[in-house]
Parts: sequence; C-alpha cells; structure tokens
Amino acid sequence: MPTLFEKVRDRHVVTVRGDDVLLYVDRHLVHEVTSPQAFAGLSAAGRSVRRPGAMLAVPDHNVPTTPDRSVRIEDRGSREQIQALRENALGAGIALFDIDDPRQGIVHIIGPESGLVQPGITVVCGDSHTGTLGAFGAIAFGIGTSEVEHVLATQALWQKMPLQMRVVVTGTLRPFVTPKDVILAVIAEIGAAGGTGYALEFSGETLRRMSMEGRMTMCNMTIEAGARFGLIAPDEVTFAYLSGRPLAPPPSLWDAAVADWKTLPSDPDATWDREVALDASNLEPHVTWGTSPQDALPVGGVVPDPEKQEDPGERARMLRALEYMALSPGTRMTDIPVDKVFIGSCTNSRIEDLRAAAAVAKGRTVAPGVTALVVPGSGLVKRQAEEEGLDRVFLDAGFQWRLPGCSMCLGMNPDKLKPGERCASTSNRNFEGRQGPGGRTHLMSPAMAAAAAVSGRIADVREVAR
Amino acid sequence: MREKFLSLSTVGVPLDRVNVDTDAIIPARYLKTIKRTGLGEGLFFAWRYDMDGKERPDFPLNRPEFRGGEVLVAGENFGCGSSREHAVWALMDFGFRAVIAPSFSDIFHNNCLKNGMLPVTLPAAAVRSLIDALLAAPGGKIRVDLEGQTVTGPNGDIHAFGVASFAKTCLLEGLDEIALTLASAGELDRYERERKKATPWLFLDLPG
Repeated sequence: MPTLFEKVRDRHVVTVRGDDVLLYVDRHLVHEVTSPQAFAGLSAAGRSVRRPGAMLAVPDHNVPTTPDRSVRIEDRGSREQIQALRENALGAGIALFDIDDPRQGIVHIIGPESGLVQPGITVVCGDSHTGTLGAFGAIAFGIGTSEVEHVLATQALWQKMPLQMRVVVTGTLRPFVTPKDVILAVIAEIGAAGGTGYALEFSGETLRRMSMEGRMTMCNMTIEAGARFGLIAPDEVTFAYLSGRPLAPPPSLWDAAVADWKTLPSDPDATWDREVALDASNLEPHVTWGTSPQDALPVGGVVPDPEKQEDPGERARMLRALEYMALSPGTRMTDIPVDKVFIGSCTNSRIEDLRAAAAVAKGRTVAPGVTALVVPGSGLVKRQAEEEGLDRVFLDAGFQWRLPGCSMCLGMNPDKLKPGERCASTSNRNFEGRQGPGGRTHLMSPAMAAAAAVSGRIADVREVAR
Repeated sequence: MREKFLSLSTVGVPLDRVNVDTDAIIPARYLKTIKRTGLGEGLFFAWRYDMDGKERPDFPLNRPEFRGGEVLVAGENFGCGSSREHAVWALMDFGFRAVIAPSFSDIFHNNCLKNGMLPVTLPAAAVRSLIDALLAAPGGKIRVDLEGQTVTGPNGDIHAFGVASFAKTCLLEGLDEIALTLASAGELDRYERERKKATPWLFLDLPG
C-alpha cells in the first residue's frame, strides 16, 4: 500500500507529536550561505553538533569560478562566509571539501557524486534544490537556517506528512529532447504552486530509461512547481551509479544495502492524492518566456498574449513579466537575441549535460557579441570533461571554461548579468533579477543553450545541429 | 529563544502580486552576511529602488500612508523559490510581523514560524477584499489575533484562519524548539541504536 515516500518516512520516525513526526536525518549537507547563523546560534546556546560524521560541508554559492580564487577572493562578504564555513566545519569535526579540493563543487552535485546520497535515506540541506537528491529514492528536502541549526543539534526535524502526487511520464523522447524539457513541461502543466504541500514522485517508462543525471535534473526542479520533495524509485540504474563510489556502502555491506533498496519502490496499489500523466513522445525542446519557471513553452512557439488570459490576476502577472522581459506578444521565441549563455548550475552541470552542450558546440563558434560560460558542477565533473576533451571543444568554439560553483545561477559570485542583459541559461529560476539586477533569463536545456550561443538568439537545437 | 508573537493592530501594506519569490524579497547579494540582523535594507530592493538607487514612489512600501505597517497582504504562492531564511529576517528587520496571503511556499511558511512571524493563509477572495480595501483607503488598519485566530480588515470584516496547535503555542510563548527536541534525546539514542543494526552503512562517518 505505501508509496516510496511513505516507506522511507516510516523508517525514520523517532517519535510523534500530534500531526508531526520527529524525522531522523541520515545525512546533512552544509554550504557557506545558509549555515553561519545556524552555527552561531548553536554556539550561543552552548550546544554542540550531535553527529558531525553524518555531515559534509562545501563552499559553492559565492565562490568565484576564475583561477585566482585560490589566491584571494575579492568580495569581503564571500570571503567571510567561506572562512566561517571552514572554521565551523573544522571546529565541529565535519568533513569539508574546501575550495581547492578536487571534489569541491555544487552541493547537490557532490552529494551524489561522492556516493553519500543513497536510496531510502533522509537528507537535508539549507537549499531549496535539495530535492535533486530524491532521484535516488530518498527523502531529500531544503530547509531554512533555523532548521539547519535544529539538525546540527539534534540530527532530526519535526515534519508534517505531505500529500502524495505521482507524475507518470510515458513515451520515448525524440532526439535533442532532454529531461530538462520534460520537467519544464511538467511545471508548465501543474504551475509554480501546483506541487505545494506535496511530495512528488516521478514514474513511468520514460523515467526508467533515464540516467541518474537526467533523473536528478527532473527532481531538481520539482521545487519550481512548489513541491519540496521530488522522488524517483531506485532501480538497477541507481545501483550501478552508486557502485564503487567512495561514500557508497562498502563491499562488505553492498549486497545487504541493495536488497534493502529493492523493497523501497511504491507498492502497485499505493494511493495518490493527485496523479498527472504526461505523454512525452511528441515533446519539443522547451524554453521560458517569463519570470516564473511555469512560463515554459515549446521553442517553436511565440510569446503569449496576456489579453487572451481570462483570469485577471494571471493577466496582470503576465503583463508584468512581459514588461520586465521586454518582450511583445506574438514574437517568435527563436527571434529573441541573447547576450549571455550560462551552462551550469545544480540543474544541468553534470557530465552528460556538458557532453550534450559540447556536441552542439563542436565545430561551431559562439556568435559575435555573445559571452558564453560553461561552469562544471564539480571538480570531478571538470576533470572528467577534460579527460574527454570537452574543454577543448568549448574553448575552441569561444566558450569560457570555468571552475565549479553555483555561479550565474543566482549571481552571488562575480558571474552575473548586467541590467537589461538577456541570458540563455540551463539553471532553474528565471525570477526577476535572479542572475543579476535587471537581468533577463530564459531557461532551457544544455543543448538548447549551446544552440543559442552559436546562433546569438534562442534557437531550435534540432535545426542548428542538423 | 525566539520572539513571541502578540496580537497586532497595524497598518496593512498591500502587495498585489502573485508568486512573490524570495529572490525578490531579498536579492542574493544581500545574503553575504553571517548575521541575522540588518537585512531590512535589502528588502524588495529591486522593487523599492530604481537602477539609480532612487525610491520608486509608487511601490507600496515607499508610500507614506503605508509606512510603519506591520502586516503585508500579498497574492498567492508567497515566498516561493529559494529556502533563504534571510527573506523572513529581512521582512522582520523592516518591521513586518505577519504576512497574509492565499498560499505560501512550504519552506517560507516554516521559516516564518521559526522566527516568530505569523503566516496567515486566507481564502483568495478574502485576501482580494483586503488588498482592495487597503488600496482604496490607504492607511487602513488590520488586526491579527493569533489567540482567537481571526483577521479583522479595515472595513470591520472578520476572517478566521487556521494554524497548527503546536506552532501556535510556540508563537505565543516564544518556545525554543531545539530545547524541546533535545528533551527527546533518549528516543534519538534508541532510534540510532536500532537503525545502526538495520542499516549499518548509514552510520559510517563521512571522512572529515
């Protein structure tokens, strides 16, 4: 009867208080921006970290992506936060992948890459994109700083049971249609708040055929539909991904772990509070036109007309979005020029993403006037890409090849848009000012972003790569 | 110990927008702090100020009639996006103590409760009528009574709202939730002993 979420939750209940359960937290990822106040609060109350061995710290949000970062970080606030993270981790005995560690990278990339994210676990981080890690069949969710402090002190969190939603995706994706396009289509379908209050499990044959990288891209953006949790049942793809990773179960425990993981998928007769079906067989590459991730449409489409929207609230929202984005209704998406291209972020900076972008960039050149950045998700992704020669492909085509970090996804480090600049971005949020004050963001897949870079405008990768 | 939430009777500030995200509430560049205080300066920065740093006179927080208001009334899906608790700290540092909206993002809602700020969910029609009343007669007062779980609009209209009983107690008494949880330390110890037998691979320390 139970769903995957319910099974994982049930095995983590420490105690119950009314509608709330005290949920045990197996793994806690910590970064420099949302943790300093938590450590300070802990220290002010004279408390200590309950289980430092269950935690991993990494600086990612505001680290520069240029080589000079190991010499000196210009920005004082960033420098202080990275130093605070270092001192807090060392002081508490928490593992740290510091700025010069080859394993450093975006927190949601390095968690899975190291093998510490496994089926059936609970894992939290002071970051809303923690849902990414649910791709392994884990309860993974973002928390605020007060909850970070609570987990540091108690290794647990009080939680309410969310509603259960299932999104079933069927059909074979056509060439150049990627998990990013699938998740953008899902968000467009259910809306930016459609998943609020839900744990959202993806299932269906399309997901079964997807790599772990693709599954992580899907779960990464469930929060953009309001759902704090995205989950995908573990299977042989999951086990093969984890096998041999440094923090995965060691050989002596591996068989027991896999046997346990195989019991986790939702039972066939599990009940759902909401079900959504998506046939992806005719899905096209998607792009966003507005300032909410729900504003996604097929690349062959045109900027929508608010006057055709009957709901006055939604019409007002669309008008504001068009004004901010400086777009007119009816404009073809492929007629929109771009100034910058960003390939990176916890959504799309894994090796597969870089391969997909490089396949489009190969033998082509970044259009005049366009600045294009490729920011690998971690030092290990960067190293692997370099072993495969992808860095040369990008550099030869005129892209910049950077060091790992969150970078232009949220504009906390020096990589940001200038006011009025327009960016084709593989990140997750097109909010006003997200990539820099006054910047304008169009979300899309890595292959589509590479196509935009070489075209100088939003382009249909299927035509560019033909 | 966090701040207690007491009842409010204060100017209501209308923010007639949906999907107000936490990047809009507090842009990322204001997150580079290791403190919880002083964030009010960056609150709604891009909406309060133009590119030259001058106040936009038509933005509600800048209008004299709404200054000093402690209740923000906004559209659905308030606080969506990033988990940054700085959004709540910024609202509180600026002077807000409650936000009324038809719906909130889950993480923002949690973050409010942890800081003694009250998120009030009311039906969309009720929120619409409050925003309309505040826009029609700026400076109108809103009363929020947590004990009785009601909001009274500027026209005397009364709206009941729900709040989880434990959250209500924490708000009214300003309880320290970590201390309460640590009272369950024995149960945490017992849980860890049992799970260590069932899933030993989850109790291997990460190399530090």
